[in-house]
Amino acid sequence: MTLADIRDRLEYQSLLLGAVVLVTCAVLAFAYQLTREPIRQALENDLLENLSQVLPPTLHDNNLLDSQHRIQAPWGEITWYQATLEGKVTAVVLPLTAIGYAGEIKMLMAIREDGRIAGVRVLIHKETPGLGDNIEISRSPWITGFNGKSLSDPRPSGWAVKKDGGAFDQFTGATITPRAVVGSIKGALEFFEAHKAAFLQPAPTTGDHADD
Amino acid sequence: MTDYKRLTKDGLWSNNIVFAQLLALCPVMAVTGTATNGLGMGLATLFVLIASNLIVSSIRHFVSQAVRIPVYIVIIAALVTLTDMLINAYAYELYKVLGLFIALIVVNCAILGRAEAFASKNTLWDTLIDSLMMGIGLTLALVVIGAFREILGSGTLFANADLLLGSRFGFLEVTLIPDYKGFLVLLLPPGGFIAVGFLLVLKRWIDLRLSKDRTLPLESAGCSVESHG
Repeated sequence: MTLADIRDRLEYQSLLLGAVVLVTCAVLAFAYQLTREPIRQALENDLLENLSQVLPPTLHDNNLLDSQHRIQAPWGEITWYQATLEGKVTAVVLPLTAIGYAGEIKMLMAIREDGRIAGVRVLIHKETPGLGDNIEISRSPWITGFNGKSLSDPRPSGWAVKKDGGAFDQFTGATITPRAVVGSIKGALEFFEAHKAAFLQPAPTTGDHADD
Repeated sequence: MTDYKRLTKDGLWSNNIVFAQLLALCPVMAVTGTATNGLGMGLATLFVLIASNLIVSSIRHFVSQAVRIPVYIVIIAALVTLTDMLINAYAYELYKVLGLFIALIVVNCAILGRAEAFASKNTLWDTLIDSLMMGIGLTLALVVIGAFREILGSGTLFANADLLLGSRFGFLEVTLIPDYKGFLVLLLPPGGFIAVGFLLVLKRWIDLRLSKDRTLPLESAGCSVESHG
């Protein structure tokens, strides 16, 4: 019996399909094992890099990844990081999400213990290239304008874009994007203020427990 | 003996995946905002195309006619997933740029098309040449479309090339038009269709100029392209 005869039999075809799936799955499982650690490492480095952008290194001497906590924020459940310097809480870093012109804008923000902003960066967004993407640090220094601001500076009415009578610039041809960013940063400051006790409570030394 | 010259010419020009077969338009529109993205997507697709077609060619005697399509699809999908994991693990910066689009390679019908039309009927060596040329043709097409949109859309060329190729290639990044305000529509998805449309006309026009059939006076060439649709 030649190969050509066997090829047309139903048993052969089923076995062939099964064998192909089995082999590809085995290869993928092997590759997954191989790349899992490097991928985790890459994601972690990326996170550390982002954290260092919003939080000046002089503000903390702890490993932020060892002091993660979870909390329910108005914009979803978030993982936040507590920065300490010589055992004293100096700042917290939290992710926030704004709804921009073309979907979610994901940001990372560090707030000093006195309520002033240490830094904000936009991580992911889908805003219009050339208009709304000026919220990116690589396109415009606009986002650094929030550094040092707090709920009392400017006054609450000033937490808006200039077009709405506030203190922050909008972009030519794009108001919705900066309006969303300003609003969401203000919301985060208010959230921090309302939960200050929880955020600034020095974590007991159990802080290094491994998150699941 | 296979005619390698013809395979090369087919892949790069006369049967180009994008400009002649009009396949792979989904990834073409999605990633060609810049020449660099086009190049990255082209190279990733080239890898999947060659690897999947070589596998298809090497098992072609064992695959039954009735189940060939699922077999090819499983092989292509596995290779795309593999590429995705490898880029994520070892070229994270590139992954941040291309990550969303790597998975799109699996729906690139050109790869299944080549497996079905060529690799399943030809030897390993011929398949290698064919998929290499088809892949290079696709990559060139993506780079040309990306460059077209990038130059007219934002006035730069090969922006962020250092992310894709390493810092040695930073010199590729040029700002062609300083203080260019940008032409937004070309960077948005409709710009992809506009760019491909114009480039298709250009290719047809060149083909017409090169064709041996000189019965048409050259002045009327433009009109006859239009009537070809």
